[in-house]
Amino acid sequence: MRYLDKEAIEHIAIGAAFLGTGGGGDPYIGKMMALSAIEKNGPVKLYSVDEIEDDDFFIPAAMMGAPSVLVEKFPRGDEFVKVFQKLAKYIGKEKITGTFPMEAGGVNSMIPIVVAAQLDIPLIDCDGMGRAFPELQMVTFNLDGISATPMAITDEKGNIGIFETINNKWTERIARSATVEMGASSLISLYPTTGAQIKKSGVHHIITLSEKIGEIIASKNRNVKEKLHELLQLVSGYELFQGKIVDVIRETKGGFNLGKMNLEGMEVNKNENMKVHFQNENLIAEKNDQVVAMTPDLICLVDYETLLPVTTESLKYGKRIRVIGLPANEKWRTDKGIETVGPNYFGYDYDYAPIEELVKKVVAEHV
Amino acid sequence: MYKIGIDVGGTNTDAIILDEHSNLVHSVKSPTSVDIKTGIETALRNLLQESNIDKTKITHAMLGTTQCTNAIVERKKLAKVGVIRLGYPATASVLPYTAWPKDMIEKLSGNYALVHGGYEYDGQLLGELDEGEIQSLLEDWREKVDSIAIVGVFSSIKNDQEIRVRSLIQEVYGEEFPISCSSLIGSVGLIERENATILNAALCKVIETTTTGFVHALEGEEIYNAKVYLCQNDGTLMSIDYAKQFPILTIACGPTNSIRGASYLAKIKDTMVLDVGGTTSDIGVLQDGFPRESSVAVEVGDIRTNFRMPDIISVGLGGGSIVRENNGKITVGPDSVGFKIAEEALVFGGNTLTTTDIAVRLGLANVGDSSLVAHIDEEFAKEAQLEISSLIEQAIDKMKISSEDVQLVLVGGGTIIVPDTLRGVSDIVKFENGTVANAIGASIAQISGQYEQIYIYSKEPREMSLKDAQEKAVKQAVLAGALAETIELVEVEETPLAYHPENATRLKVKVVGKMG
Repeated sequence: MRYLDKEAIEHIAIGAAFLGTGGGGDPYIGKMMALSAIEKNGPVKLYSVDEIEDDDFFIPAAMMGAPSVLVEKFPRGDEFVKVFQKLAKYIGKEKITGTFPMEAGGVNSMIPIVVAAQLDIPLIDCDGMGRAFPELQMVTFNLDGISATPMAITDEKGNIGIFETINNKWTERIARSATVEMGASSLISLYPTTGAQIKKSGVHHIITLSEKIGEIIASKNRNVKEKLHELLQLVSGYELFQGKIVDVIRETKGGFNLGKMNLEGMEVNKNENMKVHFQNENLIAEKNDQVVAMTPDLICLVDYETLLPVTTESLKYGKRIRVIGLPANEKWRTDKGIETVGPNYFGYDYDYAPIEELVKKVVAEHV
Repeated sequence: MYKIGIDVGGTNTDAIILDEHSNLVHSVKSPTSVDIKTGIETALRNLLQESNIDKTKITHAMLGTTQCTNAIVERKKLAKVGVIRLGYPATASVLPYTAWPKDMIEKLSGNYALVHGGYEYDGQLLGELDEGEIQSLLEDWREKVDSIAIVGVFSSIKNDQEIRVRSLIQEVYGEEFPISCSSLIGSVGLIERENATILNAALCKVIETTTTGFVHALEGEEIYNAKVYLCQNDGTLMSIDYAKQFPILTIACGPTNSIRGASYLAKIKDTMVLDVGGTTSDIGVLQDGFPRESSVAVEVGDIRTNFRMPDIISVGLGGGSIVRENNGKITVGPDSVGFKIAEEALVFGGNTLTTTDIAVRLGLANVGDSSLVAHIDEEFAKEAQLEISSLIEQAIDKMKISSEDVQLVLVGGGTIIVPDTLRGVSDIVKFENGTVANAIGASIAQISGQYEQIYIYSKEPREMSLKDAQEKAVKQAVLAGALAETIELVEVEETPLAYHPENATRLKVKVVGKMG
């Protein structure tokens, strides 16, 4: 057990936005909510997964909706607790031991911190993705057959709903349409789980990892090369490309941001190019028309100079960035994992291959 | 017919005259004074006396000023601001002034209120405005605030409530009371827009003194008929009345004017510009004669905002940068002898080795007494020169958007230190009048208008939405003093909203026109 203070939150926000692979919401607003909450209620306890009991009971907390709405209409502050308690009451649990994030991302790493601070319950060092994904069934708990419902959903106006669905794909569909009605942003509590389930199905130590990533990126008085080297060591990642955004093509379909960006190489990648395809999150990276990374492996864009994560909303012509790729959690690399979040699910005609092999292959052909 | 351009920098106040064909008639430099006004008066007086033009033929006068930037950075001359945020109960989790520096909150009084109101992303009502609530708030704030910032949730989609609250304030506090509406200042992103609006409201006193000072300086020189403008940071102008409403738009207009002035002198609309000063150099990119806009949230005086700023890189390299040798490694800058170069550089009889001395030693420049640097080892000088080149080359590379070599236009007082050839640069263009490029930039500026809103293309097709946004931007430009028939569209930016089933897109357009 340890306490998360202001500085830890600053670092987690940066690191989680990095793991959010372009999605997961604006790190600034999320951080502001969490900082305001601990300023009011004091620091938050963080438990590691091996510190919890098998029959303890946990409820995650998250936001659903359009990140671009969230930066304009953010929560009043007490609805996280309301929706959390509503679900606890519905399930009939006397005691909720703690909470944890559903995904890594600028906003969804922070919401559980707000809940933990306001209810004075601990946060657990795990999540259900190890990155960010756009849909509610794209969670490691789902791979092990854990139901997303009963779930509770609310908005800042005070509307509350409880859903019980026949499967997790339906949870996504129904919650999505309710979210749009609520003004394109909602607060949800779902995937209520036991300690034993967390130990088996969660992605462990993700908050600590986010914090370490954020610490490296935020460290002052060090050059980019040193920071980058340390970052890649920590996440077993690869620097795939250094370049400038020369084109961003976007469209909105089925309630998602689809698009691709073209990068023109600079420095070591002079005269090369890269395309990154995204649907809220970055999903496919092609260097000189060869795939070098694909979902569920992580494709993270960072600022060329500061290494601060760049979200899909802030992609802009002329921005100088580095593209970093890292292997996904092993749970995603199973057959069921690939079926749930692999390239085919998102409509790309590729067979999944791990980033380690793709990077090697490109290097070998290059030589 | 003449135009006058004045640029008040941190060190110097520059003033220039252009004739009706925009040729440079005369230019002067004089030190910037503490009260600004005296410096402007001196520069103007010298300019008119030395050039001896017919004052009655001056039709336009333009001022570029760092006053507002300095006020924020130095926390001086700021007004007490009351913040009214429309949207309660939404947004209560992050209150106004969160993450602001404490000294700044104290200066601005820290008064805020969250009241009912606001819109949803599609323009539906989030909350009804409660006028009684506003009235009693205004009673409470009487004498406590000098200026009010109004910020409505999704006011960039629909700003009726903000405008209504503005009328309510005018009814209670009078027509003249300074009010800033966020929908007219920043884009989507409530916190950043609110911050920019608060800063704008806090600048109402500074802009008043600056504009009055400028007008008085002109009247003092018997210039009565000129149209008076202030420079904005996107290379365009605004009328005095508009500037009083939007003082924040003057922030960072200095570097913008320099690179625009350079492009004008070079007669090149798409180029990279390097403005070399005494301590730092600015690099900017011109696209179609206007500076590229920065794509990151900009901090002004440690406060995060989202109003537009030019994309400019500053490098710690100038004509006065100090050259050193440590353990066989040569370093250049970032510290500099600055404006004391005329006393401290070797060629001027001083004791500090600067980049200017290196340029003179290698015969690239002819200033001061070259015999005073003859003792410097040539190999050493060449290595120092390589270091200077490499600093510039790295910065140029960062600003490039393609791997091809670029053309570079050089301006500023420190250009002599820049070598004739640089990696990644196809050709270098230098100027005689490059040292007053900023004042020239101020006098050739055009007038712009911007508009931004979220449109739902399934309800309002893209063509219609574009047309609507363009009309609203044109209105803004005309309000700022542009001739309607000269206005053209220069920028369109579309951002679709994620997780939104109806194809909602944030559309931002910008138009520019000639001054009337």
